[in-house]
Amino acid sequence: MRTFERETTVAAPLLRDNVDTDVIIRVERLLGTARQSLGPWCFEALRYLPDGSENPGFVLNQPPYRSAAILLAGPNFGCGSSREGAVWALQGFGVRCVIAPSFGELFLGNCFQNGLLPVILEEADIRAIAAEVEPNPRINLVTVDLNRRQVELPSGRQFEFAVAQMRREALLRGLDTIGLTLARDGEIGSFQTADHRTRPWIYETLEQE
Amino acid sequence: MLTTDEGVFQRYQHARWTPGKSASAPDTLGDLNMAKTLFAKIWDQHVVADLGDGFSLLHVDRHLLHDAGGPPGLQEITERGLKVRNPELTFATPDHTISSARGRIGTTAVGETLIEGLRTETKASGIRLFDIGHPGQGIVHVIGPELGLTVPGAIIVCGDSHTCTHGALGALAFGIGSTELVHVLATQTIVQHRPKVMRVNFMGDVLPGVTPKDMILHLIGTIGAAGGSGYAVEYAGSAIEAMDIEGRLTICNLSIELGAKVGMVAPDERTFSYLHGKRFAPKGELWEVAVTAWRALRGDVEASFDREVTIDVRDIRPQITWGTSPEHVIEVGGVVPDPAAASSPSEGRALQQALDYMGLRAGAPMIGLPIDYVFIGSCANSRLSDLRAAAEVIRGRKVDDRVQAWVVPGSESVRRAAEAEGLDRVFTQAGFDWREAGCSMCLAANGETVPAGKRSISTSNRNFVGRQGPGARTHLASPAMAAAAAIAGHIVNVCQSEP
Repeated sequence: MRTFERETTVAAPLLRDNVDTDVIIRVERLLGTARQSLGPWCFEALRYLPDGSENPGFVLNQPPYRSAAILLAGPNFGCGSSREGAVWALQGFGVRCVIAPSFGELFLGNCFQNGLLPVILEEADIRAIAAEVEPNPRINLVTVDLNRRQVELPSGRQFEFAVAQMRREALLRGLDTIGLTLARDGEIGSFQTADHRTRPWIYETLEQE
Repeated sequence: MLTTDEGVFQRYQHARWTPGKSASAPDTLGDLNMAKTLFAKIWDQHVVADLGDGFSLLHVDRHLLHDAGGPPGLQEITERGLKVRNPELTFATPDHTISSARGRIGTTAVGETLIEGLRTETKASGIRLFDIGHPGQGIVHVIGPELGLTVPGAIIVCGDSHTCTHGALGALAFGIGSTELVHVLATQTIVQHRPKVMRVNFMGDVLPGVTPKDMILHLIGTIGAAGGSGYAVEYAGSAIEAMDIEGRLTICNLSIELGAKVGMVAPDERTFSYLHGKRFAPKGELWEVAVTAWRALRGDVEASFDREVTIDVRDIRPQITWGTSPEHVIEVGGVVPDPAAASSPSEGRALQQALDYMGLRAGAPMIGLPIDYVFIGSCANSRLSDLRAAAEVIRGRKVDDRVQAWVVPGSESVRRAAEAEGLDRVFTQAGFDWREAGCSMCLAANGETVPAGKRSISTSNRNFVGRQGPGARTHLASPAMAAAAAIAGHIVNVCQSEP
């Protein structure tokens, strides 16, 4: 997994409620495209007009924001489907961090599995960041520092954010959860042996036919 | 409309209902430290290791795979030199990409590859597959309960957000992502952060014509699409106790549209009689042992919740969504809300964008809105009781000329049972297309789409931008509402007696 430590970049405002993972990546793009190649289809419904040309009104098509690696988002960002492709599509587009007042929980979990940092801040703080960036997005870069757990603006304003210690460690060091759990195989085996005695119907399913 | 809903919410949000006691009973009974919610009892029983900071390594009792997520997950296991730890606890079926046309004609090339991949990979790993044409094939969240794979107290995961459906039988079930799916295949466990617990009490008797779908849409409209975020939701109250299992499956199915990964109902006699005799449910002596344990799976009366919401179901009328989030929902007799009245600028922008996408104006009535497509199906509403409810509305009538109407049963078994009682003929004689089991037009992963700019009334669970196809306009409703709209050619109030 890709590590995340500190990023200083253009931040793009997409301040609307309930941006769902279907909007981030359509299901048929997900099925027919390699995980590394989803970037062009990220936000397809918003980014392109019906004739396939770019929608000039969409923020991520506007020149200062095309290179944004931080997304300033509205409440419940990434709600809906569990598709991890939503994270892969954002990463393919160049996004490394999303700052929102709240996230869809499945999306939130998927972010941590892939090195995309989700940061939760108050909605008013996110609006304040957007307001400071907007006059000159290329100059007014935003810094997200995972070590210090804070978002920093050129004006010197700082916003602290919380992140679970286990998840922070995993992002900083690029840890692989599967590897960590495989090391606990003995504990899993002991659990199942004891649990089989308590709840035999869970394990004896196939003999029931 | 939202104002009324908020009023109901305000009125009840601090109310403390204790089942079996009067509403005014004190809520400080007993030792709160010992009392556990249903959620807590199941969670605690599955902890393999406490990882600190609120995280646990949990045992997974049932892992369900489908054609969209299963093949890549199983291939990754092979590529990483791992193996499926407990194939006997893993079950697979094609549902997402399979064509719903008779004879499965028109499955896309991508779909064919995925379905073939599911066959190859499950065979190689020793995972049971419920394949096309066999009883057991169907939408994963329909087949789990009907096969008796879903049992009370089990932790069930699937790479699909609507896995919360299985909570209707008292299971702790939630959707997972692709990486987590590989983790479960390799370790039969999952790392999860313990959520808070919310109880939703549906109290009273519903009015005629009001369905579980209307109840859950009403709840989403009341507390919002993020109202359940961070919570596992336990549904309780007299209206849930009186509800059959298929209705509870619909309620739990839309938990994720509240933002909650988990929705559940305490198992009761209805649950046990539903499961008794199901193909994979325990049999004989094992059944007796299991039911005894399941009877203990009720939240303690003194258990406290992090949030509690009580809804008087007599306030609920048939619901319809007008926008592009399930929280954009109103009574069918209502009018489209005005973005200018939104509570925040971002919400106002979202409402206006939703209106633009849906081709609607603020203040417009929903009744009379012409529709082009009707979709009766999906893991929300494709079970036998849903098809019966729709058939009752259309029996002896004809689908309006402007409408293309589909019925997609949730599973092969539902299709066969419906045909055995003649429901297929009721639908086809009315002009519906009677199709084969799968997810179909709910998410359009199989190429079955509503064309751009066309308006659909759908019994599914998501009205997101482009969900049923690029530019498609989706209105969510109950099976009876969808069926009635098919006949009329526009949105109608299924409660004829209502003004």
